[in-house]
Amino acid sequence: MEHLLWLIPAFPLAGFLVLALTGKSMPPVWVAIIGAGTVSLSAIFTIIIGITFLSLPPASAHYVQTLWTWMEISDFHPEISLYLDALSLVFAFVITFIAALIHLYSVAFMAFDKDYSRFFACMNLFVCSMLLLVLADNLLLLYLGWEGVGLCSYLLIGFWYEHPENGYAAQKAFIITRIGDTAMAIGIFVIFYQFGTLLIPDILAKAPSLWQPEASMATITALLLLAGALGKSAQLPFQTWLPDAMAGPSPVSALIHAATMVTAGVYLIARMHVIFELSPTVQLIIAAIGAATLFIAGFSALTQYDLKRVLAYSTISQIGYMFLALGLGAWTAAIFHFMIHAFFKALLFLAAGAVIEALHHEHNMFKMGGLRTKLPVVFLTFVIGSASLIALPLISSGFYSKDQILWFAWASKNGNPLLWLIAISGAFITALYTTRMVMLTFWGEVKTEVDRLPGKLITIPLIILAFFSICVGFIELPHNFGSLTLFSDFLHQVLPETLLKSTASGEVFFQLLGALATFSGIYTAYILWYKQPEHLEKLKRNEMLLRLYSFWHSGWGFDQLYQTLIVRPIVFIATINKNDVLDKIYQGITLISVALYRSLSFTQSGSLRWYIMGLVVGAIIILGIQIML
Amino acid sequence: MILVWLIGLLMGGGLLAFLVGQWNKTLPRWISLYTLIIGIIALISFWIEHYEAINIGSMEPWLIDFQQDWIPSFGISFHLAIDGLSLLLLILTFFLGILAILCSWKEITEHHGFYHFNLLWILAGISGVFMAMDLFLFYFFWEIMLIPMYFLIGIWGSKNREYAAYKFFIFTQASGLLMFISILALYFTHAQSTGRYTFDYFALLGTVMAPQTAFWLMMGFMIAFAVKLPLVPFHTWLPDAHSEAPTAGSLILAGLLLKTGAYGILRFVLPLFPEVAKTFAPWAMLLGVIGIIYGAILAFSQTDLKRLIAYTSVSHMGFVILGIFAFNELALQGVVMQLLTHAISTGALFIMAGMLKERLHTRQLDEMGGLWFQMPKMGAIAVLFAMAALGLPGLGNFVAEFLILLGAFKSSVWLTVPATIGLIFSAIYSLRMIQKVFLGPIPETAPISDFSWREVFIMAVLTISIIWLGLYPQPIINTARPMINQIEHLFPTEFKNQTIK
Repeated sequence: MEHLLWLIPAFPLAGFLVLALTGKSMPPVWVAIIGAGTVSLSAIFTIIIGITFLSLPPASAHYVQTLWTWMEISDFHPEISLYLDALSLVFAFVITFIAALIHLYSVAFMAFDKDYSRFFACMNLFVCSMLLLVLADNLLLLYLGWEGVGLCSYLLIGFWYEHPENGYAAQKAFIITRIGDTAMAIGIFVIFYQFGTLLIPDILAKAPSLWQPEASMATITALLLLAGALGKSAQLPFQTWLPDAMAGPSPVSALIHAATMVTAGVYLIARMHVIFELSPTVQLIIAAIGAATLFIAGFSALTQYDLKRVLAYSTISQIGYMFLALGLGAWTAAIFHFMIHAFFKALLFLAAGAVIEALHHEHNMFKMGGLRTKLPVVFLTFVIGSASLIALPLISSGFYSKDQILWFAWASKNGNPLLWLIAISGAFITALYTTRMVMLTFWGEVKTEVDRLPGKLITIPLIILAFFSICVGFIELPHNFGSLTLFSDFLHQVLPETLLKSTASGEVFFQLLGALATFSGIYTAYILWYKQPEHLEKLKRNEMLLRLYSFWHSGWGFDQLYQTLIVRPIVFIATINKNDVLDKIYQGITLISVALYRSLSFTQSGSLRWYIMGLVVGAIIILGIQIML
Repeated sequence: MILVWLIGLLMGGGLLAFLVGQWNKTLPRWISLYTLIIGIIALISFWIEHYEAINIGSMEPWLIDFQQDWIPSFGISFHLAIDGLSLLLLILTFFLGILAILCSWKEITEHHGFYHFNLLWILAGISGVFMAMDLFLFYFFWEIMLIPMYFLIGIWGSKNREYAAYKFFIFTQASGLLMFISILALYFTHAQSTGRYTFDYFALLGTVMAPQTAFWLMMGFMIAFAVKLPLVPFHTWLPDAHSEAPTAGSLILAGLLLKTGAYGILRFVLPLFPEVAKTFAPWAMLLGVIGIIYGAILAFSQTDLKRLIAYTSVSHMGFVILGIFAFNELALQGVVMQLLTHAISTGALFIMAGMLKERLHTRQLDEMGGLWFQMPKMGAIAVLFAMAALGLPGLGNFVAEFLILLGAFKSSVWLTVPATIGLIFSAIYSLRMIQKVFLGPIPETAPISDFSWREVFIMAVLTISIIWLGLYPQPIINTARPMINQIEHLFPTEFKNQTIK
């Protein structure tokens, strides 16, 4: 199976090439077949390879396939080489499987777009880059995938380029993530000179012997890599690009800005976990950033009108949970939450896309309502996705993944009560904004008529994703009931176990508290936005709360802050220096020369007596000098 | 002999084009095209023939040598020789030459013969610069490339062409004279210590001189090359010359003329004055970093498409200086890659700016926008080359910039970090360019045609080259290796292990 690894990214790449070169002149049916077909083939191959990997585990616990040497300069020789182990298998499976469903959905969703083939070409290129990112065996190839997904994200956010604001949203996403990427590039330089290689397995093997725990080099390296991860995963302080990224078509939001690309940061940290473990300070920073992000984004989600923006903030918030888990050293819990989140968030975005499409591109939830009966399949699947998002106890997958993180926030070695408190308040807020979203969209009176019902190609992917949103959680059950650890056992081939405090006990109690947070969130939202809206009216009269509301709505003022502190000064300097101040020096020289020649040419007046005068004066001076000497 | 033959071919082709141009309008370009195609076939077969030898890793960098007395009484000889670096740059010269002919196929409407004469003579001068191993001969070719370029800008340029041509001429000429003084001084210094009057490069290597003398001599060379490169603060001729020149002129300026500056530093400044170069290195690297950031910020603020692209050259050439003065193999390999990839990517952008000007009759960004709708092919290719300019992995420029930064990081962490931040700025200006030209509301204008077949051919060749260099740059690296090893040996202990540890 090892030698077939290259096919996984090669299929979508081939799809991209064919569509990019000939897509314009191809009938739409063929575009759809190539676009969705190549990704589906890739998914099938991943599953086949995955089954082989599980049933006949290789002795080294990984597959490697080297395609060619990228470049070779003395001891720097990165290769184009693919590496599949438990961690990359989970990512590759989630990427290809969800991407295949989303491509299928897009066949119908994008059918009336004039740039049908461009859409599929970009999506295919994205899948290829994302697969290279997770399958790379060295940091340089990983960086290729990393930047490649950034490019595709840019192209797809700005897909409807006629509206300049879409273009600016795309630019914003690219530039903000590039800031993180640049830090990461510097991190790669440091790693190369420390380890003499960019090969990931070698780095991880050498790190513990090269660095003491808390070594300053370990901390610097970890921080630089972390900056890259924060940029891509839209965590504090880089989170501002993600809500604007919703300008792209809904399948793009589902695939790139929810299920896969934004979790690349989670992948990077998990992949390089040895380096992060050597620096507990950075781990604490990761946990703190995760906690802060999940909290901040939760409140912002609570105040949005735009259905997709709610989901965007909720994505930021959920990735915050994953970062919290990574910071706690709960590696497998983070990856588990990544996988569950990928299913339910893809589902929610696709369902939201179906709603928006059915309501003639209406994004505002306050203009929706009563869709429960009008769009039954969409409603049902959306509710299932939401249940998973709010971690509805026992029946939803989200419960099993989030419950783990809450427990580790309290009980793991790096955990502390404050982190736990933030995490559980986050769970309450999640339940609150999710229920609000469901209430506003599907209950209440009908405000906008449905003008197009979603077809089979739209509903089938929804149903499949809904099935997974419920069932995947059952492969990993808590210790106190079921105690099934299929997923974490599999990942423990690559990732270390989570260490618990010796005093940790009472898991049931914390599970109950978690459930309580969820239910009280649901109940509060039910009261405020459905049962007794008069309470909400009362709250709206409070001046303080209203101000807080608009503060949260604008994403805690980060955009304005960056505008004033960074963007405006740079633009200002650039604008006043448009004509290049250094050129003024040369212009000055020119002006002086011109002035000199003007004044000299003034002496050439054509008047004979001036010339004679000049001759005489000159002669006197020369004679004078001769006499003096 | 092939070397003399190549220069003769270009000069002869140019003369023929000029003579034929008196009575036929289309023949000159066919003559030029065939001339260049013959040249590039000869060069590539030469490369393939010698690639085995290069690949084995022989330490002898010189591939071919030709020497003939010219003015023996002054010690001037007609001495040509090439190593891997020269060979790569010669292939680049002929390659871009062909594209220059193709992209001016329709743009030039008058004086066809003289135009192609100038074009081929510039290329002859550039080829000579890349081959000359006699300093007098080198200066001779240095001047040959200047004068036809002056005509090219001054006659076929756009509105402000005369100003731009003068500026270009004065900057290059003045700095060239400084270099000439240095060459003469070196000639006499060498004669003083050895008693032998010669301009021969190999003889002058290792001339013994006082550090003070060496410093001033180096500055003479350095300023000439820094103006060509260009290094901030000597860059101000460049935006004017690039933006006013006809498309082929911009292509050759950005793709080749700037490279002669980098070539000069690698070939003359470092080997002739290694000690002074070492002390000067931190300052040169600092200027390089300033260039990277300053050029990028200026590029961001431009409203004229060609000026924008021109300033990106200032930024990219900053990387070249940074890499050269890092004195290690990784950085120097990156520099060679950067010379080639920048020529291709910036060349492609200039060609597209020229195509847009042919169609829209403007270079102003504010008068463009939404062109993707009518020109999706050009849009896609423009995005590709904008991505190349911002250093997207998978394209050649990434390999170049990554290697330069990785190498420079070894020499100076604190200069490499701001240089890396330059990558953010390059993203900003590249995306702004795409946004302003191709995205945004679709204009309601007369239909604009997308690529013609000739244009598809040009862009396809460039696209394939940039992707090839991005994914498999090994042939270039191998070819440049012997020469780079030699330079590295000049600076054996430089900055060893000064890295953070």
